[in-house]
Amino acid sequence: MSSVPVAQTTVESVEKPDRLGEWSGKSIPRKEDGRHLKGQALFTDDKWQHRMGYAHFVRSPHAHARIVSVDTSRAEALEGVFGTLTGDEVKDLSEPFFQIAPPPGGNLKEWCLAVGKVRYQGDAVAVVLAESREIARDAAELVEVEYEPLPAIVDGIAAADPDAPLLHDEVGSNIVWHGVYDYGDIDWALENADHVVKIDRLHFHRFSSTPLECNAAVVNWEQGTGVIEIFSNNQMPMFASLVIGPALGVPSNKIQFQSQDIGGAFGIKIGSYPQITALALLSKKLGRPAKWTEYRTDHMLSAGHGNERTFVDIQVPVMADGTILGVKVRAFDDAGAYLHYEPLGAVIWSQVVPGCYKIKHVQVDFTETVSNKCPTIPNRGYSRMQHLWLIERIVDVVATELGFDPVELRKHNYIQPEDYPYETPNACVYDSGDLPKALDLALGAVDYPAWLKRQEELGTGSGKRIGIGIGTTLDSGTNNFGQARIINPELPFSGNGEAAYAKLDLYGEVNLNLGTTPQGQGHETTAAQVVADILGMSPDDVNVTAGFDQRHNTYVAFSGTYASQFAVTGLGAAMGAAEKLRAEILKVAAYALEADEADLDLGGGQVFVRGDRERAIPFIGIANLVYSNNAVLSPELAGSVSLNCRHVYVPPFQVPDHEAKTGNLTLTYASQTHVCVLEIDEETGHVEILDYAVADDCGRVINPMIVDGQVHGATALGIGAALFETFEYDDEGQLMQSSFYDYHAITALDAPHIKTEHVQTPSPFTPNGAKGMGEGGGAPLHAVCAAIQNALDDGAPVVSESHNSWERIYRLINHEPNAPRGVEVVTR
Amino acid sequence: MSDERDPVVSDEGTAHAIEVTINGETHKRTVLARQLLVHFLRDTLGLQGTHVGCDTGSCGACSVIVDGQLIKSCMMLAPQVDGASIETVEGLAQDGELNVLQRSFNENHGLQCGYCTPGMLMAATDLLRRNPNPSEDEIRHGIRGNICRCTGYVNIVKSIKAAAEAGAGAAEEASR
Repeated sequence: MSSVPVAQTTVESVEKPDRLGEWSGKSIPRKEDGRHLKGQALFTDDKWQHRMGYAHFVRSPHAHARIVSVDTSRAEALEGVFGTLTGDEVKDLSEPFFQIAPPPGGNLKEWCLAVGKVRYQGDAVAVVLAESREIARDAAELVEVEYEPLPAIVDGIAAADPDAPLLHDEVGSNIVWHGVYDYGDIDWALENADHVVKIDRLHFHRFSSTPLECNAAVVNWEQGTGVIEIFSNNQMPMFASLVIGPALGVPSNKIQFQSQDIGGAFGIKIGSYPQITALALLSKKLGRPAKWTEYRTDHMLSAGHGNERTFVDIQVPVMADGTILGVKVRAFDDAGAYLHYEPLGAVIWSQVVPGCYKIKHVQVDFTETVSNKCPTIPNRGYSRMQHLWLIERIVDVVATELGFDPVELRKHNYIQPEDYPYETPNACVYDSGDLPKALDLALGAVDYPAWLKRQEELGTGSGKRIGIGIGTTLDSGTNNFGQARIINPELPFSGNGEAAYAKLDLYGEVNLNLGTTPQGQGHETTAAQVVADILGMSPDDVNVTAGFDQRHNTYVAFSGTYASQFAVTGLGAAMGAAEKLRAEILKVAAYALEADEADLDLGGGQVFVRGDRERAIPFIGIANLVYSNNAVLSPELAGSVSLNCRHVYVPPFQVPDHEAKTGNLTLTYASQTHVCVLEIDEETGHVEILDYAVADDCGRVINPMIVDGQVHGATALGIGAALFETFEYDDEGQLMQSSFYDYHAITALDAPHIKTEHVQTPSPFTPNGAKGMGEGGGAPLHAVCAAIQNALDDGAPVVSESHNSWERIYRLINHEPNAPRGVEVVTR
Repeated sequence: MSDERDPVVSDEGTAHAIEVTINGETHKRTVLARQLLVHFLRDTLGLQGTHVGCDTGSCGACSVIVDGQLIKSCMMLAPQVDGASIETVEGLAQDGELNVLQRSFNENHGLQCGYCTPGMLMAATDLLRRNPNPSEDEIRHGIRGNICRCTGYVNIVKSIKAAAEAGAGAAEEASR
């Protein structure tokens, strides 16, 4: 066996703090809930300003067309309309957005409104501002756009054909990125394996977590100061700042993002920066704040869809004992019409190259194309779940084709508990885990043997089929932004981090602000829990600022809430800031109590001498000495404490090797193991989920109730995607699901009760032993597809689609006797 | 945030004078014929706890109770509520204290982002009035018109069940 990479990544283990414990680890109810339950939250559409206008975008009905002319005169003549902005104006007033891709993909030019051409149904060509949302919508109808339709390309693989309709002339083809990831020695593995399982095609579909609150923003280009105030629900505001600033030619101190409550985001709300840019220009032009809230159809058409990926020519070398040696595959990612955060999806999957298995030889020939569809944007499980679905499909197909038990085959190939830290073929380091235990717990929760028996008893003729499926997945978190250099070595990005600011305020209150933009993950609560432990007080007394405000919250360029990392980066920052504050408090207390710092302890909002609680000073006393009584202190002490402590948590990363495409791309690897039991009606294809369990491992848990909530949510969205939720385009590029009538978001009747089990393998690499979680790695897609396959007869085709409507399931069950199965086994 | 705003003056639609009681308080307003009830609540009266999630009556974020009936306020026009009595999420807490149902959502983590929560609470209030001791299946049917994208419904169902057990249903039934 040749060229298996030698271990090249070392991650230092973190010295564990000993102060977490009294509050951390407890399911304390959330601090955020009161305002939500009383209807007193502040979402973006709740924001109101004097002289504010309502914006409405004019969208293309065509998938691909030249813009011949845009006439806004009738719209502007309507009573109550403040004005309009068009693509031609935008081209004069702003620069195209910077591109992550290297040339030629990076030559792509996108402004905040379409210039010259529209490239998908929903592409915005103009925007109107009016005194009410109703008038704005009327006025948008009055904008007359003359289009010259062009042929559309909606298939991501066909788009790579040199003769396909070209979206972006300046790119020269529809291929925006291509690279070969080659680890180990796949040719050796294919030549030496006992079996090679070949799968023709697997297709991971487009869908979106469709946050219930649509994208929204109130943007005011302040005329006096030149500051652009942006109150929005963008979930990655500092990334948005980095993109918007150069486009508008303004420095970062002129862009001020704010948000408070965000009604779900799931990655989708990274993508609102073009609209925010257009609103800024509109506000500047018309001298008014511009408020925009998407209608649901706007959101479905243009807010961004999750990545669609097609895998072809899949070859899997397997030994007689079931050892899966490797995977060889060609992957095509279809980014839609523009590159929003893409082509990062072309590398982010490589955080989880072997999935949960000791697969050593992997070759992925990866192509990313553009097509006449809505641009993709990160969606819960971004890019990794597509790859993990491929790996899980492979494991189940291997089991089915070679006659292995899916449980035993998994356990045989899993990375074992003693293997951690485990270095993957591309030099990522999996921090910790116990996959066999997680699988046993999940199987136990559904009573697997009982279902197997029931399945056998059911037999033919009942009209029903029972299928049982397993999905093991990873939720990699705290990514190393250096992986962007694997896409484009010129990009000046690497590492990651988050900031927090802890302060003892005038009356001794502990105040904390964060760089994050939570969307329901309970940051105010969990941050208060860790800070409370460090400062010896109740979380009720830790005031965490609700929401993000660039004017006074602290931040780094990575700030925001995305990619399963808060428990590591956000809490790492909060803990660091609290530790700094604790050190200052102790220093002042030691002076005031004439005691040695080593003899002091914190508790109940006081500092006291250990063993003598009478000798104590409350936090208000510390605050008094520093803020308003500092002549009492020694000059040296007064000059060295501020009780205002900022900390930036920086994870231990190096810059990846862009040529070898290796490096430690993620700090933590939470895992989830799902087991799905479903029943299919043979006559209709109707599916009912009979039992569902998840075993979760996100290391040390700070708030178990919140973690369970994240597991439930990710599970329901994944089941929704697997069975109900899909975005499909017809051949002309018309979206067929543009409201919740057609896009069936999973309801309480569709979703099963979800049983949860827990494994806790603390991460050795993080400040608190936690691993980031929340995205969930798309495990329900893996488990549901496996369960459907399990319910089919041996002659049935491979379940090759990640989305299986009842109709598709009906067709799989009632397949032609000799239908192509899409799989072949070559045995030596 | 709850300041009342000026009605739009440039819209040429027909105006209607309406009188409506919301959470016990009477409001007299002139509204445009095409204004949706949800926009009347949110934009005109500043009662922003009621949310908009879809504009098509699919998601239930805008659920309120009009004359004892659970409705989606994006599916009703403001002039239609003339003379009606409306209950919204803002009316649930009494003297600033969460009611049994709200407290149960807090204790059982029945909300994450909070966007569906007001509609979910109104749907649950309506359910518990009709059925003070619902089964899990009946709870799921009771909230089938309300989409939540965060919780997978598990803890919402649990919250409503726990609220019923704590007597929320009986109290709601008595309040009819």
